[in-house]
Amino acid sequence: MTITALFAARRRSLPAPVPAGTPLAEARDLHVRLGQREVLAGVGLVARAGEVLALVGPNGAGKSTLLAALAADLRPDRGEVRIDGRPAHEWSAPELALRRAVLPQAATLSFPFPVAEVVRMGRAPWAGTPLEDEDGTAVAAAMAATEVAGFAARPFSALSGGERARVALARVLAQRAPLLLLDEPTAALDLRHQELVLRICRDRASAGDAVVVVLHDLGLAAAHADRAAVLHEGSIAAEGPPAEVFGAGLLSRVYRQPVEVLPHPRTGVPLVIPER
Amino acid sequence: MTATPEPATTQAPTPAPAIRKQPPPEEAAAPPGAGRKQPPGRATLLTGGLLAALVLLCLLSAGIGAYGIPLGDVLSSVLHRTGLGGAALDRVGESVLWNVRLPRVVLALLVGASLGCAGALTQGVFGNPLAEPGVIGISSGAAVGAVASIALGLSFFGNWTVTACAFVAGLATVLLVYVLSRSGGRTEVVTLILTGIAVNAFAGALIGLFIFFADNAQITQITFWQLGSLAQATWPKVLAVLPCAVAGLAVAPFYARKLDLLALGERPARHLGVDVERLRVVLVLVVALLTAAAVAVAGVITFVGLLVPHLLRMANGPGHRLLVPGSALGGALALLAGDLAARTVAAPAELPLGVLTALFGSPFFFWLLRRTRRGQGGWA
Repeated sequence: MTITALFAARRRSLPAPVPAGTPLAEARDLHVRLGQREVLAGVGLVARAGEVLALVGPNGAGKSTLLAALAADLRPDRGEVRIDGRPAHEWSAPELALRRAVLPQAATLSFPFPVAEVVRMGRAPWAGTPLEDEDGTAVAAAMAATEVAGFAARPFSALSGGERARVALARVLAQRAPLLLLDEPTAALDLRHQELVLRICRDRASAGDAVVVVLHDLGLAAAHADRAAVLHEGSIAAEGPPAEVFGAGLLSRVYRQPVEVLPHPRTGVPLVIPER
Repeated sequence: MTATPEPATTQAPTPAPAIRKQPPPEEAAAPPGAGRKQPPGRATLLTGGLLAALVLLCLLSAGIGAYGIPLGDVLSSVLHRTGLGGAALDRVGESVLWNVRLPRVVLALLVGASLGCAGALTQGVFGNPLAEPGVIGISSGAAVGAVASIALGLSFFGNWTVTACAFVAGLATVLLVYVLSRSGGRTEVVTLILTGIAVNAFAGALIGLFIFFADNAQITQITFWQLGSLAQATWPKVLAVLPCAVAGLAVAPFYARKLDLLALGERPARHLGVDVERLRVVLVLVVALLTAAAVAVAGVITFVGLLVPHLLRMANGPGHRLLVPGSALGGALALLAGDLAARTVAAPAELPLGVLTALFGSPFFFWLLRRTRRGQGGWA
């Protein structure tokens, strides 16, 4: 086994640091059918190092499918996904694991592992590489950032929904991949922890990672994302800085719900409020 | 199927599941390697304890019986045969020990280790603590192969024919159960158990058919085998299951780390670099090997593979690096103890081993069902 590990470290190419702005994940003319339905119909999107990209849109618009395609979980019917400059399907599973970390929508666990062990699972891709030495610090830092260190010894199954979500996020952070794909990381969280999670996203982007995050709260997206992509019926209705993209007309049409968009009185960040 | 680099089990980064008494974050941030210098943890103690108990029980088991052999004599004879001194016993003693007791002890070890390990692996692969070869029908499936080979008088593989047939039938059954009981990458308890009922019923019918067409001598042979007894243990029988059991037991621990990751679900495991398809294929093969090894000699022995991994999980948490080899040790211990009880409790008569394990295992299974149900708030 030691010999296998030695060779493994040599065979896997480790991701090299890239300058900000480098595309780490790229979807080109992506078409995905699930059953009879065309879930993605010609989506093009780039996630760049050093920025937070928010994916927003109504239920069933294709946000999670797009994220799954960017994570190389599914092969598109047409079009291409490139991760770290290479077509996604050309990477092996262990190599992909060094390049992208994925937070699934729901965190499940078949057996009651304690929290600290769950977070440590995020380090599995690095076993047998020189960066294995960072395991301890990566786990501790991720647990501190997500405020889960307080219940490190408790079994995952004994946690509340919000706590589980944070533990799952800690695992993803501990993986220290340069591309982070987060599917609704704030769904189960209270106000404080929603802000906390998006601050973490910002920090990771400042550190040079590419962060793609699916969000339902447009206010959060407007306040924290560098760019936002609005998905509508399987294609991108608009993409750009949230201040430009979040127009009342577009959002009212896409969400089929009249909304008002007001600038925040102090910061000027757009606030999206349904018309009541 | 690309060659996946193993997340080396031997030099895995985690400082062993031993430190379940969680280190506070400061300690977790300690320089790498610090974790390995800790005093022997619960895992080490547990492994040591299991091993010690196993050796002791082997010696006891070899000595106890209708013809009692004192412990000292057992040791002395074993040392003599291995060329380390000691002395041979008298002719009867030597014959009882080496032709009756020891094959039986070794067979119990092999079958028990196979059952325990297969249980732990099945639960890991299905991601479900109630999965066990006996419960979900894999053992019955393998039994169909074994019965068929006896009833049809097959002997194409010599001594290994029954085992080989059990393996093929067992493999087909695991695949069938796997396909039938999973949907959307998950195994629901209800689906799994119901699939088990269906598979067990079908296998039972096939076994019935084979018995119907078998002649009297074969029926006697099948009946003895079905009772799940180790009474007919001989060295050739040990040899017949040795390859299957050893191959399965040797491969299993290398997949422990990946089984941990699989607990997160299939997609998250893949995101962490596990080649899930390959893992599944390998482990399904290993489960079939181990089940075949157990079923071929001892019939369907249920619940050992359910009980042992569960007790280990309670003692040391769900980490598979201890659970997989530990379940093999625990299974061997359980079956050895069970067999010793089976042949001594009602001496000179002998209880069928399968009956004994089911007697203790079934209430445990029931308790487990209740607990799982409570844990997830109903089955629906």
